[in-house]
Amino acid sequence: MSEPALLSVEGVAVDLPTPRGNLRAVDHVDLKVGAGRTLGVVGESGCGKTMLSRAILQLLPKKAKLSGRVMFDGQDLVGLAPERLRKLRGRSLAVVFQDPMTSLNPVLTIGTQLIETLQEHLELDGHAAKQRSIELLAAVGIPAPEQRLMQYPHQLSGGMRQRVAIAIALSCEPKLLIADEPTTALDVTIQAQILDLLAREQRRRHMAMILITHDLGVVAGRTDEVAVMYAGRVVERAPTPALFKQMRMPYTEALLAAIPKIDAAPHTPLPAISGRPPDPTRPIQGCSFSPRCRYAAGQCYQEKPLLAVSESLDHQYACFHPIQTTAGVDA
Amino acid sequence: MMQDAQPSGSRDPLLKVENLVVEYAIGGKTIHAVSDVSLQVARGETLGLVGESGCGKSTLGRAVLQLRQAVSGRVLFDGHDLTAMQGDALRRMRQRVQLIFQDPIASLNPRRRIGDIIAEPLVISGVKDPKKRQQLVCDVLSAVGLDPSLVIGRLPHEFSGGQCQRICIARALVLNPEFIICDEPVSALDVSIRAQILNLLEEMKARYGLTLLFIAHDLAVVKAVSDRVAVMYLGRLCEVGPSEQLFARPAHPYTALLIEAIPVPDPDVRPAESVPVGEPASPISPPSGCRFRTRCPRADQRCIDEVPELRPVAPDQFAACHHPLIAAG
Repeated sequence: MSEPALLSVEGVAVDLPTPRGNLRAVDHVDLKVGAGRTLGVVGESGCGKTMLSRAILQLLPKKAKLSGRVMFDGQDLVGLAPERLRKLRGRSLAVVFQDPMTSLNPVLTIGTQLIETLQEHLELDGHAAKQRSIELLAAVGIPAPEQRLMQYPHQLSGGMRQRVAIAIALSCEPKLLIADEPTTALDVTIQAQILDLLAREQRRRHMAMILITHDLGVVAGRTDEVAVMYAGRVVERAPTPALFKQMRMPYTEALLAAIPKIDAAPHTPLPAISGRPPDPTRPIQGCSFSPRCRYAAGQCYQEKPLLAVSESLDHQYACFHPIQTTAGVDA
Repeated sequence: MMQDAQPSGSRDPLLKVENLVVEYAIGGKTIHAVSDVSLQVARGETLGLVGESGCGKSTLGRAVLQLRQAVSGRVLFDGHDLTAMQGDALRRMRQRVQLIFQDPIASLNPRRRIGDIIAEPLVISGVKDPKKRQQLVCDVLSAVGLDPSLVIGRLPHEFSGGQCQRICIARALVLNPEFIICDEPVSALDVSIRAQILNLLEEMKARYGLTLLFIAHDLAVVKAVSDRVAVMYLGRLCEVGPSEQLFARPAHPYTALLIEAIPVPDPDVRPAESVPVGEPASPISPPSGCRFRTRCPRADQRCIDEVPELRPVAPDQFAACHHPLIAAG
C-alpha cells in the first residue's frame, strides 16, 4: 500500500441527469493501480465500470457531474486544462474500446490513423512514423504489416481490427492502458489471442493496465488484482488469487456460480441470481444487492455496508454477512 | 453413406437435415455459408450447434425453417420435406417449429403491446376467439415467470433484456410447438440473467416436451443444455457427439482449439499461451480439402487434396478429420 500508485482514483462519483431523475453511475469509488500492475474491473452491464473508465480518461458525457480526484502520475486529471489532457491521452494514458469498428475511423487508412497518432505525440517525421507503424503492426501480430497500412478498417476482420486498435494504443508507449471489454465483440479463439497479446505487451513495456470485463473467467489468469462492481460501487476488491480462493461478497460468489462450467454435466441447473440489478435512478436504502442476496437480513435493508478492510489487509468487501471461510473463522 | 454416419439413427428423428447446401451472392461473389451438412435431432433431444461467427450456424438454423432457400439438400421435419413445401402447407408446418433470436429487444416490435405481440402467432394460425387467445397468452406468460396482469398492456422498452427474452420465449411457446431453434438466445444477456434464461429454457423444454436446436458460440453454455453437440467450421460440420464425451475427448483439432480457448475462472489455471493459429478463412473462397487446414497444426498434403468426411471415432461420436486426435476403435 505504501508504494506510490501510478493511478489513484479517490472518492470518484459520477452523476448523470436523465429524464427520470439523477442517475448515480459511479458511487464513491477508490482504486489504485501501480506501475506494471494489472487491475481487473468486473461487473455486469450498467454497473458503472465503463463510466468509471471514462471518468479516469476525463471523457464523460458533457452533462455528467464528476466529483473526487483522479491522480495520475502525480497530477489530478479532474479539472486539468483540455489542452494538457489531450497531450496525456494517447501518450501516457491509452485506451482500447470494445468495438474496434467504431473506435477506428472508417474513412481513413490504418496507416493514416497510426501515423497521425505518432506524429501528434512523438513529433516523428513522416518516414520515421511510417517505419514505426510497420514495427507496431508486426508487434501485435498482423501479417504483411506494410500492405496493411494502405487498407481501411472494413477490409480487416474483427480480430485484426482490434489488433490495430491495440497497436494505436501502444504506439506512444503509454504508462497506463485501459482495456474496456476488449474481447467482448470477438470470437472465443480470437479472444484468447487478444488477451495473450495484451498480457505480453503489458509485461514487456512494464505498463499498468486496467482490464474491464463482465467475465470473471477473463480476469482469473490475467490480473494481479480484481475489483468487483455492483450498482456503481466497488463491492469487493482483492488480489486475484485471494479473491478466487475465498470470495467474501455474496454477489461475487453468485456471479461466479452463474457461469456455466465446462466440466459440469449437461442439464445441471445453474445457480442463477434471482431478480435483476437495481434501477440506478432509484437508489436503494441499504445494500444495493440485498433484494437479490440469499444471505440478506435486517441490517442489510437499512444501512449501506462500506467497503472495509478485512482480516487480510488487501482484501476488502462491502458486506454485513460475508461468506465465511471453509475453516469457519479466518485464522 | 452420410446417413450411415449419423448418430442416433436408430432413435426417432424429429428433424433430419440431409446434405444441405446454402449459398448466397454478395457483390457478385458467392458466400458458401453451409456446405453439405447432414444432421439429425431426435425427438426430445437438445442438439447444440457451435462455431465462430460466420461459420454458417445461424444460416443453417434459418434454412431449416425455409427462411433461407437451400441450393440443394433436404430438410425433413417429422418425415415431411420442408424444402418441397410452399404456401399454406409450409405455414402449417412452421407452427410446429419456432425460432428465438439473439437480440431480444430488437426482435420485439417496439410499438406494440406485449399482449398483442404474443397473441400474433395465434391470430395468424387462426385462433379466432379473443377470449381464448387472451387465456393462452396469460398461461404462457405465467409459464415463463412473468405476471400477465403487469405485462400485457406494456411496451417492450419498459422491460430489461432478460425480461424481453422471456417474452420472446413466451411468443415462441404460445402455439405449443414441438421444435424450437434457439439462435444465440443468451449471448446478449448478462451473466446473472443468462443463467436464469438457460434454466427457463430447460424448464420449458420439460414442461412442453420440446426438442431444441441450440445455436451458440459459447461452448460452456452449449454444454450446459445439450445432449449432443455439433461443431461447425466455415460451413461444414467438424464433429458431432454426445456433449460430455465430446468435451472430454475431442477428436477434431478445431473442437480441441475451441475448448482450450474458454477462459477458466481459476487463477491457478494459467491460460495456456494460445497457439497463433490465425483467423477463420473466408467463406467466399474456402480452402480446398479440409476447410480448417489453414489453422490446423496437423494439416498435411492430404488435408489440402481431400475433403474429410464425417467418420465414427468413438461410439456416437463422428469427426471429419484425416488426422483425428483420437483413433477409431
